[in-house]
Amino acid sequence: MATELAQVPAPIVQPAPAAEEKPRHVAFICSKGNLDMAYPALVMGWAALGNGIDVTIFFTFWGLDIITKKRVDSLQISPIGNTSMKMGDMGIPNIVAAIPGMTNISTRMMNQKMEALGVPPVREYVQMLVDGGAKLYACKMSVDMMGLGMDDFVEGVDSIVTAGDFMDMTDGAQIVFI
Amino acid sequence: MATREIAGKTVQVNDEGFMTNPKEWDKDIAVSIAHEEGIADLTPAHWKVIDFCRQDAGADGKAPTLRRITTVTGVSTKDMFALFPKGPAKKVAKISGLGKPEGCV
Repeated sequence: MATELAQVPAPIVQPAPAAEEKPRHVAFICSKGNLDMAYPALVMGWAALGNGIDVTIFFTFWGLDIITKKRVDSLQISPIGNTSMKMGDMGIPNIVAAIPGMTNISTRMMNQKMEALGVPPVREYVQMLVDGGAKLYACKMSVDMMGLGMDDFVEGVDSIVTAGDFMDMTDGAQIVFI
Repeated sequence: MATREIAGKTVQVNDEGFMTNPKEWDKDIAVSIAHEEGIADLTPAHWKVIDFCRQDAGADGKAPTLRRITTVTGVSTKDMFALFPKGPAKKVAKISGLGKPEGCV
């Protein structure tokens, strides 16, 4: 018995396999539905996909406007209370911002500037991200609060998930809140 | 400027591995870089995009962005990610012997 055992070749010691490199993953939380707040996640998400990075986007509260069929084409930017518009520098008193129609004017201006730069409208941008492999989710609590369902969302939204689900699926990801 | 050997030729590259002189590029180099980037075979669909990028870049070697590729060639975003996975515009630029694409869309 002992001799038999002695003839068994020594096990080959395999070096431990190198830990498989996990691809970088960036997750965006979109909580705002203003036109100017819709673009950051779209632009950065697109850049991430272009760099081979996994992308997840979680739409919550007004951020749901970005993926809601009835709203995505009518996102707006208001000059009211928007100190970055520097109305004063153009000789326009702040009160003018409150005149009916001003939100439409500033929205049109922003849309025109984006178009001139070759930046696609929000609906098309969302589709590009979906086609590029980004995973889009709607926040359950917000969906319930607003009385929405999957039928209300543009194509490509994966599902409605809870905040806890989002935390699970973004384990190890870099999270950006917008 | 660093140089490296690809497909038996010595070419100039930058620190990210993008060729800096598009004139040094040829199809063997494209095949070789594609292999390094994990693309085993360059199909006619790949070449359609590579040819477009070469043509679009012209003399200055500036690679088109992904959106420019999709809007001009008609190849869909989905197909681009399938043909050149994990960063299609960068990958196709590298294979085409061009610089890194600039621009946010």
